[in-house]
Amino acid sequence: MSTTLVAAAGSLRGAVPTESFETPGTKDFWWPLIGSDTNSFTFTRPALIWILSCILICWFFLSATKNLQLVPSKRQWLTEQAYGFVRNTMGQDIIGSKNFKPFIPLLLSLFTVILLNNIAGVIPFVQYPTTGRIAFPIVLTAIVYVVYHVTAVRHKGGFGKYLGSLTPPGLPGWLKPIMFVLEFLTYFVIRPLTLALRLFGNMMAGHLMLLVFILGGEYLLLHGDNPFINVSGAFSFLFAILMMFFELLIEFLQAFIFTLLTAIYLADAVSDSH
Amino acid sequence: MGGNIAFLGYGLAAIGPGIGIGLIFAAYINGVARQPEARGMLQTIAFTGMALTEALAILGLVFAFVFRSA
Repeated sequence: MSTTLVAAAGSLRGAVPTESFETPGTKDFWWPLIGSDTNSFTFTRPALIWILSCILICWFFLSATKNLQLVPSKRQWLTEQAYGFVRNTMGQDIIGSKNFKPFIPLLLSLFTVILLNNIAGVIPFVQYPTTGRIAFPIVLTAIVYVVYHVTAVRHKGGFGKYLGSLTPPGLPGWLKPIMFVLEFLTYFVIRPLTLALRLFGNMMAGHLMLLVFILGGEYLLLHGDNPFINVSGAFSFLFAILMMFFELLIEFLQAFIFTLLTAIYLADAVSDSH
Repeated sequence: MGGNIAFLGYGLAAIGPGIGIGLIFAAYINGVARQPEARGMLQTIAFTGMALTEALAILGLVFAFVFRSA
């Protein structure tokens, strides 16, 4: 198993260093496929993985729901599980059974797309968490940002009323401006910022950690000059394999948390109180 | 030996969220042990709390990369 990992991780860096160990860094995430090396509009590896994942999800859902049966096939069962999970845990429980229906497509597509792109970080030969590039979480967050603000403005009847509803009722007059500034910052700046950075940071840090252990292990194992160092390189590989399973857990968790927070923001937007 | 002080700062910044996440899951485990049927509800609350606390550590990580070259 570890030889494929070395090959995959090695190819991610372009060339494996032979003389001195070069610490993996953010530069390892830049991988252009078509186009120049410096242009921002270059078609890169994560873009390819993202497109493939979207095609895969479309095909999967369409083919699984084409002829629904009372006794579900494996594919239909999986689809029903994912749908039921998003619908019950995030839709019904968080947004509330009155208003959750229109948001289910958004939540389900967010959850599946993020999950598949996160898991791409540990699938052999793909091994690139797409959401570890900041552009992808930013786009997802922009969608969520627009949706929850538009929902809130519609639900509360006008932008002015929405701004008014940010402060809880019954505050003393001198406290209102302070609370308003704090709540305004939370809704308009901090929420989208943390939503995007959380997903990005977790995926990038996790993949970087795997890179450190695998590349460091490779260097210790093959370029170390005494047996003790070589053995510790082998242990580094073992630890990397262990961390892969940990990463799998984190990847599920982050897809879940992103969708959960989206549902919480939407629940705030459609709530009558506040 | 080379390095950057920004990443040392990140290490320090991760202490607080680490303690915070520990407290959240300790409370979650306590709650489930006392009342196992409340597990589903507590799970959502625990993960929400974890996400909010973790945001601080993630901000630290991002700032470590942002201020690295400065």
